[in-house]
Amino acid sequence: MAVTALALVRLRNLFAVVMLAGVFSLLAAVLYVVLDAVDVAFTEAAVGAGITTVLMLGTLALTTSDEKAAPRKTLAPLLLVVATGAVLIYGTMDMPRYGDPNAPIHSHVAPYYLTRTGPDTGLPNVVTAVLASYRGYDTLGEVAVIFTAAVGVLILIGRSRRPKKKRKPADKKEAAQ
Amino acid sequence: MEFPGLYNYWITIVLMMVGFYIVIAHDNLIKKVVGLNIFQVSVFVFYISMAKVQGGTAPILDAGIETYSNPLPHVLILTAIVVAVATTALALALVVRIRNAYGTIEDDEIEGQEDDA
Repeated sequence: MAVTALALVRLRNLFAVVMLAGVFSLLAAVLYVVLDAVDVAFTEAAVGAGITTVLMLGTLALTTSDEKAAPRKTLAPLLLVVATGAVLIYGTMDMPRYGDPNAPIHSHVAPYYLTRTGPDTGLPNVVTAVLASYRGYDTLGEVAVIFTAAVGVLILIGRSRRPKKKRKPADKKEAAQ
Repeated sequence: MEFPGLYNYWITIVLMMVGFYIVIAHDNLIKKVVGLNIFQVSVFVFYISMAKVQGGTAPILDAGIETYSNPLPHVLILTAIVVAVATTALALALVVRIRNAYGTIEDDEIEGQEDDA
């Protein structure tokens, strides 16, 4: 997975970049299965690897598929990235160990959901039960987010059919909210 | 300190930094969006790896299974993936609009045009 990501940095042809991004997503989905998150893996494979790739390809069709020259200012970003990474790794020293059943994350509300889901909802899949039953309002909010994004995309792309005109920064600000 | 215990966080950090590097070092806007996606996936992997319990199985209730992985981060990330696609779509729409307005999707060329104007 890390190798795919590094290849993404080097590649100049955007078509290959988009395809590799899809591969990256699929690898992430495999990783989720290994980590017991089967629902997340389904979503990642369908949405992350599928829809995102299609969206990116659509954008490539509407724009261009070649990146210009190599980035000239490579040293400063590299230093910044390495420094940030070092700080973050230092920060992990106090984190709970991988797979530790006594980690704080497993000791508050998680057992409640695991024990109550069966009697409360009758669903075997805890993830689905929490998503659709206990936290149904959040999922409604998620739908609202997607709707807003869809409206934003339609405003942005729909208007581009008009005759060419001077750029309108106001449009972009509206959509960004 | 045993090394393998923190391995998952380090993978997350490496992925995150790769995405970060793409975002700040590349001028191409589509490449930047891909970088942001890598960054996002690294955060997802972080959450999912926190949810894992040693010896646990997927949180689907069944007789005879005692240990389940924590389902709550899974729910969070399920939502986050879908929101990520929504934001990606919006970002790509912006890229298309920028291309229509400036005729290029390279950050530095856009800046050059801004300076000329």
